Amino acid sequence: MQKIIEASGISKSFGVTMALKDISFEVDESEIFGFIGPDGAGKTTLFRIISTLLLPDKGEMTVLGQDCVTGFRELRKNIGYMPGRFSLYQDLSVEENLNFYATVFGTTVAENYDLISDIYSHIEPFKKRLAGKLSGGMKQKLALSCALIHKPALLVLDEPTTGVDAVSRAEFWDMLRKLRQHNITIIVSTPYMDEAMRCDRVALIQNGKILSVNQPQKIKEGFSRKLFSAKAPEKYTLINALRKYPETLTAYPFGDSVHVTFTGDRFDNKIYEYLRAQGISNATIVESEAGIEDRFLELMEKEVKA
Amino acid sequence: MKRFLGFVKKEFLHIFRDFRTLIILFGIPAAQILLFGYVVSTDVKNAGVAFLDLSKDETTQKLSDKICSSGFFHRTDNLLNYNDIDKVLKKGKVKAVVVFEENFGSNLISKGKASMSIIADGSEPNTATLVTNYITAIVTDFNMEIAGTSAGSGSLVVPEVKMFYNPSLKGHFMFVPGVITLILILICALMTSVTITREKEFGTMEVLLVSPLKPVQIILGKVMPYFILSFINVIMILLLSWLVFGLPVKGSVILLLAESMLYILMSLSLGILISTVSSTMQQAIFISLVGMMLPTILLSGFIFPIENMPEVYGWISSVLPPRYFIVIIKNIMIKGTGFIYVWKETLILVVMTVIFIGLSIRNFKIRLQ
Amino acid sequence: MTKDIVISVENLVKKFGGFVANDNLNFEVYRGEIFGFLGANGAGKTTTIRILSGLSSPTSGKVIVAGIDASKQPEKIKNQIGYMCQKFSLYDDLTVKENIMLYGGIYGMRKSLIRERTHELLEKLHFEEYENRLISDLPLGLKQKLAFSVAVLHEPKIVFLDEPTGGVDPITRRQFWEMIYETASRGITIFVTTHYMDEAEYCDRISIMSEGKIVALNTPFELKRLYNAESVEDVFIKIARPVKN
Repeated sequence: MQKIIEASGISKSFGVTMALKDISFEVDESEIFGFIGPDGAGKTTLFRIISTLLLPDKGEMTVLGQDCVTGFRELRKNIGYMPGRFSLYQDLSVEENLNFYATVFGTTVAENYDLISDIYSHIEPFKKRLAGKLSGGMKQKLALSCALIHKPALLVLDEPTTGVDAVSRAEFWDMLRKLRQHNITIIVSTPYMDEAMRCDRVALIQNGKILSVNQPQKIKEGFSRKLFSAKAPEKYTLINALRKYPETLTAYPFGDSVHVTFTGDRFDNKIYEYLRAQGISNATIVESEAGIEDRFLELMEKEVKA
Repeated sequence: MKRFLGFVKKEFLHIFRDFRTLIILFGIPAAQILLFGYVVSTDVKNAGVAFLDLSKDETTQKLSDKICSSGFFHRTDNLLNYNDIDKVLKKGKVKAVVVFEENFGSNLISKGKASMSIIADGSEPNTATLVTNYITAIVTDFNMEIAGTSAGSGSLVVPEVKMFYNPSLKGHFMFVPGVITLILILICALMTSVTITREKEFGTMEVLLVSPLKPVQIILGKVMPYFILSFINVIMILLLSWLVFGLPVKGSVILLLAESMLYILMSLSLGILISTVSSTMQQAIFISLVGMMLPTILLSGFIFPIENMPEVYGWISSVLPPRYFIVIIKNIMIKGTGFIYVWKETLILVVMTVIFIGLSIRNFKIRLQ
Repeated sequence: MTKDIVISVENLVKKFGGFVANDNLNFEVYRGEIFGFLGANGAGKTTTIRILSGLSSPTSGKVIVAGIDASKQPEKIKNQIGYMCQKFSLYDDLTVKENIMLYGGIYGMRKSLIRERTHELLEKLHFEEYENRLISDLPLGLKQKLAFSVAVLHEPKIVFLDEPTGGVDPITRRQFWEMIYETASRGITIFVTTHYMDEAEYCDRISIMSEGKIVALNTPFELKRLYNAESVEDVFIKIARPVKN
């Protein structure tokens, strides 16, 4: 199987800021590959290099068999790019936007309609509406349709779910997974850790460095300790108390519980007495499966210490 | 009160931290004073005068020397017959033609008066008025000189003043062509300068770049609709000038339209060039509107004659496209000249257009950095 | 013990022309509570927040914020509240210290008090070295934490946070929420909207808006029980509908 993207040693700076530090990874054909990391991690910079919009300072990258620097003309015909802000023409209608992109890529909406029909059907009733008047979720679907309309071999989606509500996000990922049957390779960037589980493989990225590349399940399994989940009605007191407990290694709030690790990967009932002394009487602590975010936090801590 | 002062302090900080605003605050008034001081001059300096001397005697010699040594005028041509007057005025280098009648000197002695004509280029009414007044004043002075000589008192040279092209010296013959020139370049450059920067600001340029579109397609594609629409604009402007101000088109309308379309194409290309160097619409608007308005008004010869300016400004003026179009439009509309008289200016505009488009294509960033 | 009510909304309706953005809302928020205000885009959340912060008036209904009637004296509300929105809170071309002093002045605080609080703030955030840095030079996480601190500088009764943790890294997000916890424990009510469903779990109570109406209002625990869901996200997906246009 051909590698769709092969990158090695990619570095990029803007002035004194190093946006990307020695990035290396590979993307296989037809996979959904996610780059998971917060703002400032370097995701957009990396995606712009892949889309030939920026030149790396160091390193090499081959995309669809072409060098990302010299092969840009060829690549720009075969990539479907969806940048962070959905970048549609606000004063053109849904229909007009789609037709424009189809024409620019030398095709028609009819020719590849089957590719986008699942997605476009949601907004087709509004095809005469101006893109500026669409809701966030609808803009997202239109932008995706426009990126797909020329049947690109590689789809590059930069934070397509940012700022969109949870329902639309879930729908979006359903649409992406359906695209795999068309043999399109998809790379996605997102700050939402839970979306990592919907990718075939992910790269965790923070501060311009890749912390880990693997299937999401394997990344979770890479968590080096035993994870425990502590719950109590007094959330704030619980966190502070656990942090001060001598056997605690890490304690992070996670929604309605606190994810804790202990020295020796175990705790004994002494802890309940300790918590009661702090005013927490109904605490429960159980062993729990580590998620992607737990692993991300662990890797971030290692980076900070290094 | 405290809130108010705190807010004022913040505003000061914003201003001082923004280099560009500082330049506007202090640089532009200074530049304006300099420009206005030197450029705004209604004096006549070194205007060209041609002579049609039908007498060629001592008196005409004395009088024309007096005119030419006044410091306001210099002799350009010695014409041979009346037909030459129109030709030389159309060329534009001469502001007035002085005609001495036959037997000027002897008429002065025998009849006690001699006639001369001062024929001025009325397409620049202000200059024409000044020039004729100056020359008339010199003649009056001459009259006083000869009053005390052998010609005897009571001898007078009587100048007759004629304005070619604009007999009633309508002011809008000067202003309207200039305003047309100004408006066309500002609007056209503004429109195209904004259109590319808008794509950059809204992020749609990113997506356009990752596509098979070539820069030249994008650039020409953006110029085309404005070009076609500006054609309608030109016709409307010319109609309005004619209907409202009575401005004629003495020359060929087709030539005027063709030259106007060339000028528009040049302006649109200039706008595209501005957009390739601006990263925000605010910058683009600033450069194309504010940056160009003042030099165009002051230095293009629209109001203030270029000959009156210090040499440096003259050079600056020579790279300003409006300067050339004003000559073209005035010549065709008011003087009724044909292509032969404006081919040089036309060629310059063509060259400028090609340069602007070429530079735009070269400057066009095919990447985001 | 009856809890202090700091926000009281009764039959709130807000119309824009024919469009009903808020359709008969009823809820209360208590002192020191962390109240999560969730909903899909276009559900009407921003409209409600604008009314509560005195930026817009209700079409009908009774809205009392920090004891002030929002339809009668909206300008007075501003003195009692703090506000932090995602896109902008601090001036990029001013330094950390200048921003704090500016907002302190705008809130009408005494100079000595501003200075005192500035010191406290910088110490708490370990920001002392950043005192004279321009905001534009700070990483996003620090900006957010600072923006929040500035929003509560004058110890308002309520602080409104509009998607305060967008895009920030997981560690900073948690530190931010610990700041929120700490602030709430001082008696300041937190009214927060967010797209991160796990953050909804940090709240004492949450409300979910859909198409202009409140379709759920309870503690996260109760909501999960009622809707037989494992997480707030599941509850959300079950009951919140994105506006279909």
